[in-house]
Amino acid sequence: MDFQIHLLLIQDGVTNGAIYALLSLALVLVFAVTRVIFIPQGEFVAYGALTLAAIQAGKAPPTVWFLVALGAAAAGADIWQAVRESRGSRIPAILGINLGLPLALAGILQVAPLATLPLVVQVILTLLVVVPLGPMIYRLAYQPVAEATVLLLLIVSVAVHLALLGLGLFFFGAEGTRTPSFTDGSLSIGPATFQYQSLWIIGITVLLIVGLFAFFERTLYGKALRATAINRTGAKLMGISTDMAGKLSFALAALVGAFSGVLVSPVTTIYYDTGFLMGLKGFVGAIIGGLASYPIASLGAVMVGLLESYSSFWASAYKEVIVFTLIIPVLVWRSLTTHHVEEEEH
Amino acid sequence: MTTKPIILETTDLCVSYGRVEALHKINVRIREGEIVTVIGPNGAGKTTLLSSLMGLLPSRGKVAYQGETLGAGRTVEALVSRGLVLVPEKRELFGEMSVEDNLLLGAFARYRRGDRAYRETMDEVYGIFPRLRERRTQLAGTLSGGERQMLAMGRALMAKPKLLMLDEPSLGLAPLIIREIFRIVAHLRELGVSVLLVEQNARAALQVADYGYVLETGEVALENDSKVLADDPRVIESYLGLGGKH
Repeated sequence: MDFQIHLLLIQDGVTNGAIYALLSLALVLVFAVTRVIFIPQGEFVAYGALTLAAIQAGKAPPTVWFLVALGAAAAGADIWQAVRESRGSRIPAILGINLGLPLALAGILQVAPLATLPLVVQVILTLLVVVPLGPMIYRLAYQPVAEATVLLLLIVSVAVHLALLGLGLFFFGAEGTRTPSFTDGSLSIGPATFQYQSLWIIGITVLLIVGLFAFFERTLYGKALRATAINRTGAKLMGISTDMAGKLSFALAALVGAFSGVLVSPVTTIYYDTGFLMGLKGFVGAIIGGLASYPIASLGAVMVGLLESYSSFWASAYKEVIVFTLIIPVLVWRSLTTHHVEEEEH
Repeated sequence: MTTKPIILETTDLCVSYGRVEALHKINVRIREGEIVTVIGPNGAGKTTLLSSLMGLLPSRGKVAYQGETLGAGRTVEALVSRGLVLVPEKRELFGEMSVEDNLLLGAFARYRRGDRAYRETMDEVYGIFPRLRERRTQLAGTLSGGERQMLAMGRALMAKPKLLMLDEPSLGLAPLIIREIFRIVAHLRELGVSVLLVEQNARAALQVADYGYVLETGEVALENDSKVLADDPRVIESYLGLGGKH
């Protein structure tokens, strides 16, 4: 095996690893703030990629009607709650945000010449359709059981995952799509050749990670999310609502997922169910970080990407087996080195 | 003596854990700018009282805050925005964040409704607790017990409370620090903050408070001006005597 092949495998591994790293960050974030193991993370990748593909094909993406439907349900739930708490004055705002904005977006998608819009606008429209699904799903599926056990929340996650998977098949059909590269061609430096799309993926991933870091370190909303993860009661007593923190973390997770889909769909054919496997690989990274450490999770995810590209070279048929087997030594190592805080508190 | 307006009043407040009634027909009243203390033994329901006022526990009976009845569906977030802030017994700090970040988060409810003057409040808080300014960049989890209590109070003050509820601020602290904490509680009155002080340290609490309630097994056993209470033989025997807690 020569240097060229190594370079190719590393490039491939790091590119995929970057996507897994993004997904692992979202998984760690959602778990830290809400204790939800967010299995549907991968569906947002598929929804993002396939919504963009629909827009580029000049069709209004079916996901926008899903957005309207979820918005209507979320508005219903919020209005019911507002009425019970006798805070009827909030109803216009609830309707505007949950129903008005999605309907306006659906209207724009009906009339705009989607296929001819510049890529940036198409991506923004994609994110506008897919990202609000995150907080709406939190509102409908998780908020009513926010205080439940991790196991119950996990079961809800499985249900949401299966529902989104089925809906994905219904919306987009069984065929896969690939979107064109952001920039065609490749860059040669000495003996090495880099695909432009790989550079886009790695570059935007780094930017997103820096952006997330700045959000958590520099803004009060970011700090509020960290505070909720550290001490839920303390955060609540400071007026940081658990519902708000949950919705915000789901919005970030949906943003990361949809963006990953947009980034990866020029290099991988995306089917309605492709996201699940990608999410799982991000999950392996998150587990390496103990579902708690952002840097270790993202390094772990890059490692997963590299392992995957090397094993697809040497033992292509066993690629997935090798990647997911990685989780066993990691769990053994973690169970030996982590000490159990829960037991000490009681 | 002019009577100041009432900031918080409960009428027949009852709280139950399942079938067990933890609080029975509690009537307490706090006037603006007053320090009111609730003393009593462990398990009398003092913390339960604060939790139910804060909307953390379901309760029956009436709670009026600033002349307005609070509904049963009151949320902590809404109360914090209206200036009702609790410093819990366990402090509940954000251990892995810096002292300054903890303080900033105290102003979250204000920030959310567009009030950007919290930097000035932070200077005031540093004025009250100079120790916190020294420890500004330190992680909250590395502070001493007294500093933690100061941070918990400072963080609550960042919300610009109208009524500050303190749950056992002296718990687990050394006598010198306790004196310091109570000096600051007395100082809050000058800042125009009303205080509801729940304490086992009855001596210190009655010294600083204007009015006191004695809570025993979920009911108000005694109430009076704190000077009168401090001279009441029943209080002296149960709470201020040599056998009492310090």
